[in-house]
Amino acid sequence: MSGFFNSSIGRKYAMALSAFFLMFFLLQHFAINILSVFSPDTFNEVSHFMGTNPLIQYAMQPILIFAVIYHFVMGFVLEIKNKSSRDVKYAKNHGAANSTWMSRNMIYSGLVILAFIALHFIDFWFPEINTKFIQGDWSGTLEGVEGYRYFEELQHKFVEPWRVGAYIIAFVLLALHLLHGFTSAFQSIGSTAGRKQTMKNMGKAYSILIPLGFVIIALFHHFNH
Amino acid sequence: MNLTLKIWRQKGPRDKGKMVEYKVSDISEHMSFLEMMDVLNEQLVNSGEEPVAFDHDCREGICGMCSMYINGEAHGPDRGVATCQLHMRMFNDGDTITIEPFRAKAFPVIKDLVVDRTSFERIQQAGGYISVNTSGNTQDANALPISKHAADEAMDAAACIGCGACVASCKNSSAMLFVGAKVSQYALLPQGQVEAADRVKNMVTQMDLEGFGNCTNTGACEVECPKGISLENIARMNRELVKASLVKF
Repeated sequence: MSGFFNSSIGRKYAMALSAFFLMFFLLQHFAINILSVFSPDTFNEVSHFMGTNPLIQYAMQPILIFAVIYHFVMGFVLEIKNKSSRDVKYAKNHGAANSTWMSRNMIYSGLVILAFIALHFIDFWFPEINTKFIQGDWSGTLEGVEGYRYFEELQHKFVEPWRVGAYIIAFVLLALHLLHGFTSAFQSIGSTAGRKQTMKNMGKAYSILIPLGFVIIALFHHFNH
Repeated sequence: MNLTLKIWRQKGPRDKGKMVEYKVSDISEHMSFLEMMDVLNEQLVNSGEEPVAFDHDCREGICGMCSMYINGEAHGPDRGVATCQLHMRMFNDGDTITIEPFRAKAFPVIKDLVVDRTSFERIQQAGGYISVNTSGNTQDANALPISKHAADEAMDAAACIGCGACVASCKNSSAMLFVGAKVSQYALLPQGQVEAADRVKNMVTQMDLEGFGNCTNTGACEVECPKGISLENIARMNRELVKASLVKF
């Protein structure tokens, strides 16, 4: 099977598998974050569970990190290989005649998402890792904050308008990335499901509603802090 | 109609090449694109210039020989046709038409608009055949039970003429529609089963060796294919490779 994953098709396959995992992760991330709009207490409870559960922390978190790194690194590797497959460019190329903008620009939407993840890690993930794994504080509490700290930290981050703006731009690009990526992943694993109208509609709904939901969460906390 | 043509001229494989502008006049809208090129070449020969080299053979859309990237699309703006079937009525009087060779590292330019597509032949030689012994008592093909659906899909895949429009249209210069079609036409039929695992592995290995890019499912190939080869053939090839890799490590 190692030969398979070194082939062009094997790499596509692995890209699709990591994409499926990331899309599932995004869905559960959204499901938890939307709780912050309706019930700060529930959001805190679920966040504390996710942040301290050993299965999540020591099994799912490393898989997630691997999936993120693999998806980006392999995305770049394939892009470089693909670019080098045409050494002389066309003087006139009418890409819009046969394919969508999203499908032709996955690398650019991906780069914006990568920049967003860097910001997101600086905002949330690195401080979280520092608190738990370096300082050894697994209590989920903060001095001067009643109950768990998660809701307070989330709301605090959306005070500054530039960050809300950056999140909105990133989520628009994420939606564009998903509009191609969702159905494309099915094709890559050899399934024709992505070409069926029902799955196309599901892909569109997922690609628009999830990023839109994240935008609403960011705006909600910006205007309600 | 009167037209301005911007054509890629390249003396040989090592020449740098450049776009050169020509004017043609009194072109009938009933002409095929290649006939319009013939008019241009006659004009060039009469004025002592080197005619534009371009590939063509049957001129009825079945040999896969003609190519050309016309106004940013393989085989031009019409759908389901090769360049030889593209009519000048698709253009307007006064238009400027840009004509380039199919571009891909695996399709090096030989001269002007002629490209070397023998990389496709090498992929075929790697497994695009059935090595049954046909000498003597060959079984009647109709004696084999094949579902109508499978027969139709295999026939659709076999319609690929290997012109290379898929490679030319793909932003990654991927040959997966071509290889997918060639793998599928056998994978769908009982005659192809015996060598199925070796076939897909060898053909994909050769495709990668030739320097084609990876498919990113933009679907451009399917749209530009003169024979309407479906992306489902790529999905089938992907499945076949997974199966083959599980059967033969």
